[in-house]
Amino acid sequence: MSRVDQLTEGKRRQVLVGGMPMPGRPERIGKAVFLTIICGLVVFPFIGVISTSLATPEEVIRAGGFVMLPTHGIDLSAYRSILSGGTVTQALVVSAFITVVGTAIALLLTCTLGWALSRRGTFGNKALLLLVLISLLFNPGLIPSYLVVQQFGLLNSLWSVILPVCVSAFNVIVVRAYFIGLPSEVIDSARIDGASEWKLFWYIGLPLSKAVVAVIGLFYGVGYWNSFFGALLYLNDSSKWPLQLVLRTYVVNGVEIGAQDLGGAGEALPPQTSIQMAILMISVVPILCVYPFIQRHFAKGVLTGAVKG
Amino acid sequence: MTDADFTPSERRKRSIATRLWRDSPVLLLAIPGMLIILAFQYYPLWGNVIAFQDYQPYLGINQSLWTGFENFATIVRGDPEFLNAVKNTLILTAIQTVIVFPAPIVVALVLHSLLSNKLRQFVQTIIYVPHFMSWVIVVAVFQQVLGGTGMINNWLRGHGYDPIHVIGSVDAFRALLTSQVMWKDTGWATILFLAVLSQIDRSLYEASAVDGASRWRQTWHITLPGLKPIIILLLILKLGDSLTVGFEQIILQQQGVGVDASEVLDTYVYNNGILGGSWGVSAAVGLVKSVVALALVLGANKIAHRLGEEGVYRG
Repeated sequence: MSRVDQLTEGKRRQVLVGGMPMPGRPERIGKAVFLTIICGLVVFPFIGVISTSLATPEEVIRAGGFVMLPTHGIDLSAYRSILSGGTVTQALVVSAFITVVGTAIALLLTCTLGWALSRRGTFGNKALLLLVLISLLFNPGLIPSYLVVQQFGLLNSLWSVILPVCVSAFNVIVVRAYFIGLPSEVIDSARIDGASEWKLFWYIGLPLSKAVVAVIGLFYGVGYWNSFFGALLYLNDSSKWPLQLVLRTYVVNGVEIGAQDLGGAGEALPPQTSIQMAILMISVVPILCVYPFIQRHFAKGVLTGAVKG
Repeated sequence: MTDADFTPSERRKRSIATRLWRDSPVLLLAIPGMLIILAFQYYPLWGNVIAFQDYQPYLGINQSLWTGFENFATIVRGDPEFLNAVKNTLILTAIQTVIVFPAPIVVALVLHSLLSNKLRQFVQTIIYVPHFMSWVIVVAVFQQVLGGTGMINNWLRGHGYDPIHVIGSVDAFRALLTSQVMWKDTGWATILFLAVLSQIDRSLYEASAVDGASRWRQTWHITLPGLKPIIILLLILKLGDSLTVGFEQIILQQQGVGVDASEVLDTYVYNNGILGGSWGVSAAVGLVKSVVALALVLGANKIAHRLGEEGVYRG
C-alpha cells in the first residue's frame, strides 16, 4: 500500500456532503435559529395584518388595535364595507385594469422586440440591439419624463401609468437571450415549410418559452399592480387613483375613512384598524395568489439574462 | 441586365433595399417595442434643455427664456438645501453598501450549506415574498408593527413597559429606512448569489477536503473567491445607482420626519421641481445627477477591467 492510499484511507471515514465535511451540531443549531428568525421576520407582520382584518370589532377594540390570533371567530365586515362600492372598490377596479391591460401590452411588445432582436444578421439588427443596450445605462430623469408624458397629452389618463414602463430593456434582453437559445432546427424547418415570421414567433417561439414569459409577466404584473409613483405624478383626479394611492392615503397617512367613502350605507362602521388592514390585505393577496405558480421559474427567468446577456 | 451593369454604390443601394424588403417582417415585429423605448427613454433626453431655461409650464419649452448656466449656480454655489440632499444621499448609499449589500451574501451562504433541498426551497419561497410588495405596503406594514399603536408597542404597553418611538423619529429615520430595505430585498438578492454558488466546481471542495480543509477554510478559500466576480459586478451597478436611494420609500415617509433628515437628490428634484415650480433648477440637478451616475458606471467598469475582472461589459 502506497503512502497516498494510506492517506485517503484515513480520510475515507470522514463523510463528505457536496465536497464539504458534515456540519457539526453547533453549526446546525446556529443555522436553524438564523433561518427561523429571518422567516419569522417576514411571516409575522403578515399574520398580524391578516388576523386584525378578520377579527371581530369587539376583539379589535379590546386588544387596542391589533390582534395576533383571533379567538372570537372571524368577521368579514371590514372586507364587506370596503368592497361594497366607494373609494376602495373603485381603486381596485382601476388597479385591475392597469395590471391586466398593462401586462398584456408589455408582454406583447417585449416579446416581439426580443424575438426580432434574436434574429441575428437581419437588417439593422445590431443597431437596434445597441439602442436597447445603451438605454440600460442611463435614466431619462424625473422632470424630462414628466414633460414627455405631458406633451403626449397623457396626464390624468391611465395610459400615463401603463405606457412609459411597458417595455423594459432588461426584460427585452432576457427574452432575446432565451429565444436565441431555442433549437434552431425547429424554427428553420418551419420557415422552410413557409411559416411567416409572425407564425414562427406566435406558434413556435412563444410556446417554447413559457417559463421565461411567465416570469417576465409576473414582473410586469407586479410592477403595474404596485405602481405608485407614476400614478402620484401623473394622475391628479383622485377618482382614477389605483389601490396603492388609496392605501397610502388611508393606511400610511392615516386619513380617517368615513361612511361617505364606503359603499355599505347604513351599516355600523367596523373599527378603523380593521378597515385599514383589510385594504392592506386586498393589495397583498393578488400577488400572493400568483406568486407560487411562477416562483419555480424564477431562477430560469432571472438568470438567462444575467448569464447569456 | 447582370450585376456588372450596376455601379458599386447602386449595387449597395439595391442590396439595402432587398435586405430591407426581405427582413421587413422581422423589423415590423421590432417597431412597436422600439417606439416605446425611443419615446420614453431617448426622447425625454431632449427635455433636459429646460435645465438651461427659466422654464414656465404655461410658456412651454419654445417660449421660456434661455438663461444659460444660471440654474447650475444652485449646484456650484452650494445651496444649503441641495447640499443637505447630497449629504443624505451619500450617507444612505454608504449605509446600504456596507450593511445592506453583504446581508444576502451571508444568507445565501447559509442556504447553500443546507443539506435538504426541500428546506432550502421552503425558506427561499418565504424570503422572496417581500420583494414583490410595493413600497406603500412595506411602509404600511412597518407602521403597523413599529408604530405608536402598532403590534410591538401594544404588547409593550400591555405588559407594563414604555413604548418605543421608531416611526416619525428623526434620529431613527436612517435605521428605519435601512431595515425596510433589508426586509424587502435581502431575500430576493440571494437568488443571484445562490445561482453562482451552485456553479462552483464540486471537485474543488472534494480535493480540499481530502487535503484536510475544514468547512470554514473551504468557505474562505473556495466559496468566497467563486463569488468575487458577481460581487464586483453588483458593486459596479451599485456605484452607478449611488445617487439614487429610496425615492418612493422616502416620499412616503417624508411628512413625519421633515426635510432635513429625509431629503435626498431624487426627492429634492420632485419637491422643488414638480411640486415647488423651480423646474429649471430641478432639471439642472437631475441632469448633473444622471451625467455623474453614467460616468461612475463607466469609470467603475474600467477599473474592474484594470483589476482583471469581467465587469458589466467588454469594450
